Amino acid sequence: MSLKARVKVDRAGFALDVQLDVDEGETVAVLGPNGAGKTTLLRALAGLVSIDGRVELAGDVLEDSALRVRVPTERRHIGLVFQDHVLFPHLTVLDNVAFGLQAQGRRDAKHLAHSWLQRAGLDDRASSMPRELSGGQAQRVALLRTLATEPKLLLLDEPLSALDVTVRAEVRRELSRQLASFRGVRLLVTHDPIEAIALADRLVVLENGRIVQSGTPDEVTARPRSRFVADLAGVNLLRGKAHGAHVKLASGASIAAADAGEGDVFAVIHPRAVALFLTRPEGTPRNVWQGETESIDLHGERVRVRISGPVPLVAEVTPSAVRELYLTVGAPVWVAVKATEISVYPA
Amino acid sequence: MSRPRVPAALIALAGLGLLFFLLPLAGLVLRAPWDQAVAGVTAPETATALELSLFCSLAATAIALVLGIPLALVLSRTAGRLRNLLRALTTLPMVLPPVVGGVALLLAFGRRGLVGSLLYQAFGIQIPFTTAAAVMAETFVAMPFLVIAVEAGLRSLDPRYEEAARALGARGWMVFARVTLPLLRPAIFSGAVLCWARALGEFGATITFAGNFPGRTQTVPVAVYVALETHPDSAIVLSLILLAVSVAILVGMRDRWLGAL
Repeated sequence: MSLKARVKVDRAGFALDVQLDVDEGETVAVLGPNGAGKTTLLRALAGLVSIDGRVELAGDVLEDSALRVRVPTERRHIGLVFQDHVLFPHLTVLDNVAFGLQAQGRRDAKHLAHSWLQRAGLDDRASSMPRELSGGQAQRVALLRTLATEPKLLLLDEPLSALDVTVRAEVRRELSRQLASFRGVRLLVTHDPIEAIALADRLVVLENGRIVQSGTPDEVTARPRSRFVADLAGVNLLRGKAHGAHVKLASGASIAAADAGEGDVFAVIHPRAVALFLTRPEGTPRNVWQGETESIDLHGERVRVRISGPVPLVAEVTPSAVRELYLTVGAPVWVAVKATEISVYPA
Repeated sequence: MSRPRVPAALIALAGLGLLFFLLPLAGLVLRAPWDQAVAGVTAPETATALELSLFCSLAATAIALVLGIPLALVLSRTAGRLRNLLRALTTLPMVLPPVVGGVALLLAFGRRGLVGSLLYQAFGIQIPFTTAAAVMAETFVAMPFLVIAVEAGLRSLDPRYEEAARALGARGWMVFARVTLPLLRPAIFSGAVLCWARALGEFGATITFAGNFPGRTQTVPVAVYVALETHPDSAIVLSLILLAVSVAILVGMRDRWLGAL
């Protein structure tokens, strides 16, 4: 069982164009900033948005715009879990879970629903109304309601984002347990990298309606190909043209890097590799610029300093360094990066 | 945060406006022949008119529910100019003088009307000046209130409930019956009450299309109008009954419309 999808959606001011293949047994997370088109993609796969392209699930064509085939949502055998549960407010927990089974015409719907609740340890809430549940419980019931229909494709739309941080861990545990025993295709969309890394085997990074990167969480964060991923990995991402041991940036600045190669490249600099000085540093580093302190933020034990200039960078330093360098917002500062600390890979 | 003070002149005008509402009502209550009220209410003519009014208005509300909810659903799912046209058509009876509605009904369902002539030729059925005509006149005038209320309810309904139902495999009817309809209950309820109140007070279209036959088409408002000429006292008693019903509706629904009154 697998999902093969080519999804194109064109709307005023927004275009989504994505090729996505998901195999059975892997959980893929589509990760991207708000407005990247994640939810549109999910709704397209669910048949709630009409598309240009083709969606094939377990060998069945669900949609093919060229052949004018379009299977309606209710016959796609999909499961859709929303950010904020969307349990039917007028039905009890049991009736909510039984709903999909009743839609399939199963006579033992309520009995089956009850056993789903029992296995999740929620059977004591069977006769509760959704409004009486905590946020975490409601989301777990919503997940059960979907899983009970045994969908071939499970679509999760930011399933943890609406929850309190305190219950998020609990629901995430339940979610990963359920995902592990779920036998269909699993697709998750989220803007939360923690959610993605915790639940997914593979990340697909979506930006402005296009996939910019795909791979295991480690691969993606090690070699970011977009500002969004670089930010979530906490690294500086620069883009330029490589020539020999130099990378020329769009701003005109040039940075020295070992083995830069040729052509369009990304250069990644870890904030800890960015050294700050009060005066122009003497000695080995070949990458030295003067910049201006733009912002100073405390992150745990470390301080992140954003510097503008020919090469905008984020440096991570100790609080004592901030004092010694008299760093204040707007103050000039010298920046140095060793060429060996810059990793360069083709764009 | 303090709001600007209302100028004294505006307060005076507002008081005048309020008085304009209150005086006629006060007149009705003060001039009511209270000693005859009980006798008036229980008089056979009054009872007949009241009974007929209740039957017709409830029947009109029932018809409005059966036809109006689907109409609201179609309206809310249609887009663009067609929707504007449909909505204008549905709400027309709200702004149309009821007498004009009655004339229009006669032209459509009268013995020589568009549909009425066919009905008469084929089945010998005559609608005008029957109880059915009174029900139709009331439905014509009152149904828009239900449609508007239900459509507003549909528009404020989170579409994801229906999407969730469909994703769970529910087909059209199941989505409608088990998700849309129950979630619309508050809107349907307030729409039905408004519709019923309007039907109960209907006069112009009824007297034009259904006439004034005691026991058959003479509803309370029609009876009030007729009684005003001959028995003013019973006109007042009947008016009081309608007033009591209106106040009861207003009080019963105040949470919905007026907040905490």
